[in-house]
Amino acid sequence: MSDQAAASQRRHEAGRTHDKAPGEPHEEMSELTNGVRNYLIGLGLAALLTAGSFVISETGLIYGPVVPIALIVFAIAQMGVHLVFFLHLTTAPDNLNNAMALAFGVLIVLLLIGGSLWIMSHLNHNMAPMDQMMQMQH
Amino acid sequence: MSSASTFAAPESNGQKSRSGGDPYQLGRDAGRDDGSTGRGSGGPAPKRIVVGYGFWIFILSDIIMFAAFFAAFAVLKDATAGGPSGMQLFDRRNVGVETVCLLLSSYTCGMASLAMLRKNQLWFHVAMLATAVLGAMFLGLEFKEFADLVSRGAGPSRSAFLSAFFTLVGCHGLHVTCGLLWLLTMMAQVFAKGFRDDILRRTMCFTLFWHALDIVWVGVFTVVYLMGVTT
Repeated sequence: MSDQAAASQRRHEAGRTHDKAPGEPHEEMSELTNGVRNYLIGLGLAALLTAGSFVISETGLIYGPVVPIALIVFAIAQMGVHLVFFLHLTTAPDNLNNAMALAFGVLIVLLLIGGSLWIMSHLNHNMAPMDQMMQMQH
Repeated sequence: MSSASTFAAPESNGQKSRSGGDPYQLGRDAGRDDGSTGRGSGGPAPKRIVVGYGFWIFILSDIIMFAAFFAAFAVLKDATAGGPSGMQLFDRRNVGVETVCLLLSSYTCGMASLAMLRKNQLWFHVAMLATAVLGAMFLGLEFKEFADLVSRGAGPSRSAFLSAFFTLVGCHGLHVTCGLLWLLTMMAQVFAKGFRDDILRRTMCFTLFWHALDIVWVGVFTVVYLMGVTT
């Protein structure tokens, strides 16, 4: 094998391992089964996580006050599974912009939800109960 | 003559980078022989990438809108104004079936996108039809739940909690309705015009939209139904 052919072969391998997301389009037939397999893995993981969150919210399997935290962890894990296996989000060069935009979106979402909850809980704490407020106005 | 040669890029330089550049295979399209080197310097990205990026930005803005509704719901969760709370209202079996429908429809939507890449009309239409049926089942269940709540006097005007609930879940349902219309449009376009490049891009955007709706639903069933029933 000539040097050039070896280089192009190596380049081909590199492209396959680093540039492709799970289930990303490929040319060969075997890649189709690969894509189907990746969607099946994603479906299986998502189903497991969904079943997990239904079970822990229903049964007393884990300590009661921890249940909301566990539910949130399960939900975030499942969102990750969806992003990787269904939306094919990777950090490959072609996909880097998408990942950066997602990171910014996550920042905004966290600020929005966390900030609202924080501010409103403080407001509830510092405000007199509604009936007292009514009496003060009179 | 001499000034022109100082400002113009020397011809030999370009030749050199073409043959010896990118020794570490960092190029955006490492399998190609056109000498593209470095990230992003291999010429404009394919239209598939650009369109996908633009639509991804739209999806993220949509998710931020949903985040605002989630925040409103989380804040108003206990503002029941003496009315029924989530624990008394929600039927978790119904929610479980809805979740299964949407998750399976996400899977069949992925199958449709694989069939589209193989340019297989039959399997594309079968998978899209399965997606549409599962999506319609989801919508039917949700509509039934809403009608049931309203008939029990727990409509959106009953309390702030129920207003937030109907806004959040209803907005997701509205998105699914739009997605269903878009799905049928894409089926018709593929049927009438075949797998043209622009139609492939539109269908890719549709699959992104559908998967994103499933991600939002993960948040809905966790925050609204499961956490609302346990705490």
